[in-house]
Amino acid sequence: MPNTTIFSAKKIITMNPSRPEASHVAVRDGRILGAGSLEELATWGDYTLDTRFEDKVLMPGFVEGHAHAMEGSLWAKVYCGWFDRADPNGKLWMGVKSVDAVVERLQEAEAVLEDATTPLSGWQLDPIYMDNTTVTRADLDRVSTTRAVGVLHASGHIMNVNTKALELAGMLKQGLNHPGIPLGADGFPTGELKGPEVMTPVGPFVGYERNMLDADETGLRNFAKLCVRTGTTTITDLASRMDDDAVDVMLRVTNEPNYPVRLMPFRFFMGLSAKELIVAVLAFKKRSTDRLRLGQIKIVVDGSIQGFSARLRWPGYHNGAPNGLWYIAPEHLSELLHLALEAGLQVHTHTNGDQATQLVLEKLGPALQAHPNPDHRFTLQHCQLADAAQFRTAAKLGMCVNLFANHHFYWGDEHYALTVGPDRATRMNACRTALDSGVPMAIHSDAPVTPLGPLFTAWAAVNRITASGRVQGEEERIQVHEALWAITMGAAYTLHLDGEIGSIETGKKADFAVLEADPTACDPMLLKDIGVWGTVQGGRIFPAASL
Amino acid sequence: MRQDIPVIVIGGYLGAGKTTLLNHLLRHADGRKIAILVNEFGDLPIDADLIEAKDDEMIAISGGCICCSFGSDMTAALIKLAQLDPAPDYVVIEASGVAMPGAVAASISFLDGFNLGGVVVLADSERIRAQAADEYLGDTMLRQISDADLIVQTKIDLISSDVVQDVRDWLGSANPKAQVVATAQGRLPPEVILGVEMVAGQPQASAHADAGYESRVFSEIPPCDPIKLAKSLATGAVGIIRAKGFVADQAGQNWLIQIVGERFDVTLAKAKEHIAVVCIGRKGALETGAIGVMFAGDAG
Ligand SMILES: [Zn+2]
Repeated sequence: MPNTTIFSAKKIITMNPSRPEASHVAVRDGRILGAGSLEELATWGDYTLDTRFEDKVLMPGFVEGHAHAMEGSLWAKVYCGWFDRADPNGKLWMGVKSVDAVVERLQEAEAVLEDATTPLSGWQLDPIYMDNTTVTRADLDRVSTTRAVGVLHASGHIMNVNTKALELAGMLKQGLNHPGIPLGADGFPTGELKGPEVMTPVGPFVGYERNMLDADETGLRNFAKLCVRTGTTTITDLASRMDDDAVDVMLRVTNEPNYPVRLMPFRFFMGLSAKELIVAVLAFKKRSTDRLRLGQIKIVVDGSIQGFSARLRWPGYHNGAPNGLWYIAPEHLSELLHLALEAGLQVHTHTNGDQATQLVLEKLGPALQAHPNPDHRFTLQHCQLADAAQFRTAAKLGMCVNLFANHHFYWGDEHYALTVGPDRATRMNACRTALDSGVPMAIHSDAPVTPLGPLFTAWAAVNRITASGRVQGEEERIQVHEALWAITMGAAYTLHLDGEIGSIETGKKADFAVLEADPTACDPMLLKDIGVWGTVQGGRIFPAASL
Repeated sequence: MRQDIPVIVIGGYLGAGKTTLLNHLLRHADGRKIAILVNEFGDLPIDADLIEAKDDEMIAISGGCICCSFGSDMTAALIKLAQLDPAPDYVVIEASGVAMPGAVAASISFLDGFNLGGVVVLADSERIRAQAADEYLGDTMLRQISDADLIVQTKIDLISSDVVQDVRDWLGSANPKAQVVATAQGRLPPEVILGVEMVAGQPQASAHADAGYESRVFSEIPPCDPIKLAKSLATGAVGIIRAKGFVADQAGQNWLIQIVGERFDVTLAKAKEHIAVVCIGRKGALETGAIGVMFAGDAG
């Protein structure tokens, strides 16, 4: 007789519309036998009653449909962000509010380094909140003159380094002529490096190796710890460079008996031709396990809105900046869509600007006529500026959207004032319109761009509060139950996993978020503050407190 | 100390003729060791009969040339190339169809051991004007063209000579500071793309198999202001596509002058050099008289 455990809970929110609430859930072999009353579940035969969740609220384990495993690796570096943020071990790092505070925090980390030359790296600096104060190499020289120091910005596209770092990279010279290398009055670089191509030569000297996209073993474990702390049981790595070594590492780590999360890496489209990419991803797909789901493709079509590199339709950027950049040629995009549909591989496309979204919609239509697939679920990721017509077309084409709900809080004020202006800032990440248009929808954090935390993401979609405290886009707010659906079933659907996870019902994985309070019963403004006890993943129990 | 390796950035949209041009270049490398950097090996720009060996990272090409893919990390690939022994004589970067070649070129400027040898942008004579009007691509095409030092108008055998001229005029007005050269099948002399060849540290004039171009050596050059001279050669509308050579200033120091389109680069020479500058232009368009006046110091 197989072992059955029945968990009792204060409340179980199942996200199964035919039985939305239950008091007990029975688990056998890592899967859900049923959810209901104890009497009902007892009909399955012998069981062990586990009452540890008696005062907790269970939900389906949260599904994060757009994050990067890099978040796990970044915590090996010094957190220099503006907002308070919890690390994988649960320690809350207070946000640093001035350049002096950044320097001080780095000095503290420097003080415990023994060898005089080990580089020191920081991350998540965001001068937007510090009146765009520029951090100079002189500031970072106060941290050290003997070791290289580098701090990556929250955008991931700018880095500040000290004099030693410039010197090691051979860039401490006068008269450099590059828009990404601002020069000081003395003609030498200020230490600010803008754009990946100017960061690359310095990166290795300040602890930022080339393949930041691929998390190392410790990074993958830290990433998983963050998942447990936020109630997340399935997460994407969108995208990974995924060479064979990286896949081996992911297989090894996710196979560890206590690895608490199901990881779904998407292969980044660059570096291989369309045909080679399909072959490579088909080969990866065969190596999938329950906890490592391989075989998807991520295409990046344009850049970011706050970086002015997203592709916008008329009238373009509010401040008059020139239109952004294409990261893929339209023909290449089209070829990939055709080949992926033909091969049965799923594609998620990063489109921030509405012109990039439009291009994907226009290219997918003919590709679908050539290779009909009624259930492809190709997903528009971010899709931040889509209008109602685009959502309607996406729905007709069978696409899903994964909107960047967190973005409002972090950059909403910036978008209103500067990048896209009031009208479009108000409709950014239009969750209400998306749902009303019938597009299957998820919402995301894009960690490490913003912190992982599905309940925070739900809060952001429900309240649309910006960092300055304004409600931006009242009409696009969604209901709590809709937001909770988006972080469970909605995200599972975009990953073709809705038959396995996303709700608590017979046959699905025993993946639960274990919460301290009922998110459907609290003030929606407090949604983000609900405590997470930990998770259950595949029937295995992971209390956050003992990670 | 080794000479900086010239890096030439080749831009232009898919189908503009980059592959044809690169293969012509490799077939006429003539002993030059060229390293071609491409985004990815997939739609390989190298004709099969030129390939001697291939692994994941590098393709060996007959005549001592190579081709490497850089995926998403061009800077790292360049740093690797600089460490090769022997180092390549030239690096040619094939920018992706939607990349801004000017941005690619800018990132060369701070890399030790390299020197930008010009931005060459290809434009398909038949399609460029429609591409420039395309809703999605138009601004990208125009920015690519305006990034160019040298515009190569390709596929002129597919259209009438009137249209060739129209397109040439249009390209010239889209980027007045670039030189425009026209070609069918990418048949351009290597020094037009790569720059004047240096042999034993000296610029060489070459007798071209291609009758459309000429290269002239100017060696009667009195001491001058090298920057002023380079600027007047580059911007004086005297038909110079490329120029390279050494001049001396009033103090007797020697300077290396390099010109492509209106881009000029003047650097202090590492030793005393033979004073001479080689200028390349289209036959009949190179105004040798006016150039001679500039060298003589009467340019004003
Ligand atoms: Zn992302």
